[in-house]
Amino acid sequence: MNALLKYRIAKSKTLHVLTSVLAFACVLPLMAILSFIIKAGITKINWHFLVNIPKPVGEAGGGIANALLGTLIIIAVAAAIAIPVGILCGVYLSENKNSRLANWSRLCVDILQGVPSIVIGIVAYFWLVKPLGGFSAFSGSVALAMMMLPIVIRSTEETLKLLPDSLKEAAFALGTPFHRVILKVIIPCGISGILSGVMLSVARVAGETAPLLFTAFGNPYLSANITKPMQSLPLLIFNYATSPYNDWHDLAWGASFILLVFVLLLNISTKLMTKKWKVQL
Amino acid sequence: MDSTTIINDTLNLSDISREVIGIVKTPVITGSKLKRLYKQIRSESIFKKLLVIVAVAMVILVAGILFTLIVESIPSIKALGIKYLWGKTWDPVQDIYGAYPFLLGTLLTSFLAILISVPFSIAIAVFLGEYYPKGWLTEFLKNTVELIAAVPSVIYGFWGLAVLVPLVRSFEIKIGVDAVGVGIFSSALILAIMIIPYAASLGRSVIQMVPSSLKEGAYSLGATRWEVIRHIILPYTKSGLFAGILLSLGRALGETMAVTMVIGNTSIIPKNIFAPGNTMASVIANEFTEADKPVYLSALIELGLVLFLLTVVINMIGRRIIKKFTND
Repeated sequence: MNALLKYRIAKSKTLHVLTSVLAFACVLPLMAILSFIIKAGITKINWHFLVNIPKPVGEAGGGIANALLGTLIIIAVAAAIAIPVGILCGVYLSENKNSRLANWSRLCVDILQGVPSIVIGIVAYFWLVKPLGGFSAFSGSVALAMMMLPIVIRSTEETLKLLPDSLKEAAFALGTPFHRVILKVIIPCGISGILSGVMLSVARVAGETAPLLFTAFGNPYLSANITKPMQSLPLLIFNYATSPYNDWHDLAWGASFILLVFVLLLNISTKLMTKKWKVQL
Repeated sequence: MDSTTIINDTLNLSDISREVIGIVKTPVITGSKLKRLYKQIRSESIFKKLLVIVAVAMVILVAGILFTLIVESIPSIKALGIKYLWGKTWDPVQDIYGAYPFLLGTLLTSFLAILISVPFSIAIAVFLGEYYPKGWLTEFLKNTVELIAAVPSVIYGFWGLAVLVPLVRSFEIKIGVDAVGVGIFSSALILAIMIIPYAASLGRSVIQMVPSSLKEGAYSLGATRWEVIRHIILPYTKSGLFAGILLSLGRALGETMAVTMVIGNTSIIPKNIFAPGNTMASVIANEFTEADKPVYLSALIELGLVLFLLTVVINMIGRRIIKKFTND
């Protein structure tokens, strides 16, 4: 073998190793974050932590019950808004592939997906907080619903596009009206893909803080009233992490641990689901 | 014979045949059956209208976002003019507003983050797309990279504050700049981690789309693996990789919480990349609820408008490139 060939093979092998090293280097920060949050957070979790509200500065203990309840309520209301609207829009886009309205609608969904979350917060503030005269959990839910919509719409559209036309044609041939074909045949057939999109969208907005800053605002007390300010896990983490008190940092670490576990579990179960049902997202 | 007679004949014929077979005597639908048919037709048209309404609602939603941002930033546009965008001081107490420190902060953090993350995301794309497209190691790496995108940004911020900032501070002491820890550099590092998955996953799918005939042609001419990557795969996928980088840039520009927590939040123009600063998103997050004067609030919203337009344009260009790439 001549020297040039040896050099070329050596170069190829070196760069192969280098690429592999660079690629796997990205695992390190994720592992660092996961291990750090788990180590710092898991010791804070106990029954007391889950069922109590935060204590004032200076008193040890206290929990995050208000944030847990708030997160659940805000996400539930957001999902109740975004899921039906998102699925219907997805159905429209898959049924009317090339109409002019569908193209505009698709473009707007794309734009909506890229809108920075803080801008969604500003807009929700002017649409709901200002006219209604105060911060409310409901306005936070609407802001989160706006962020969920593109994901639900996209997954619905992509799933329904893959269904064979023969399904729909068979149902029509039996004399079934359009709405029953969609609701009883098309959506049940694509439910696995739609469901994965819904779970993915919940996982994404569960950790969103910026849209809630000017809408749900946060609340140090337990509240289940969606017309009043409400605490949520990401808001609590943000407020307590940037405070100078160690007791509050402890609360924030515990809350981070719970939020991280919740979001990662949702992501992993979506992944397992899509694998089992062979859904393409 | 004119058309009516033909139709009449056909009708008669079908009536006769029906009677012969003995299924139906009269082809008229009456009573409850007719009612049900009407009801079905009505709900069908309501459902179709509902679908159209929802599709129109998406257009209205996005137009409404743009409209609200423009209307609410009119007071600031009127009072401060276009000069606002390159005004160098931001001092709401003295009623002086200039967006330059934030524009600079946003551009510096985003581009630094891109510079840091691109080698890693391209490496992941090549590794997953070309070197090892199958196998458990590939599955592991792919899932890990997707989980990077799943971690909430407020948790990145908290981790950055507790772990990364002290590291950056000791690094700053070593190289002899003001050791504050928080600042542009820390934010860029956090952002770089957060945006790796976007360019990586898009890059992987475009690399897998390279026709194997091209690669095989190069191999048969005696090219090494690296030469195939360097002279076939990368040139072929160049536009797709660029689109992936654009999408990461779009994310980096709009990222709020993690940056707000580690950038230091001062409205002074940063002297170097280790100095604290502010981005457009972080200044909105910090000062929006405190803005007590109409012009102050409006100036913040104008920043939001600039941010919105910037991310929309970058995302649209990115998507256009991908579409062109996949159609070719």
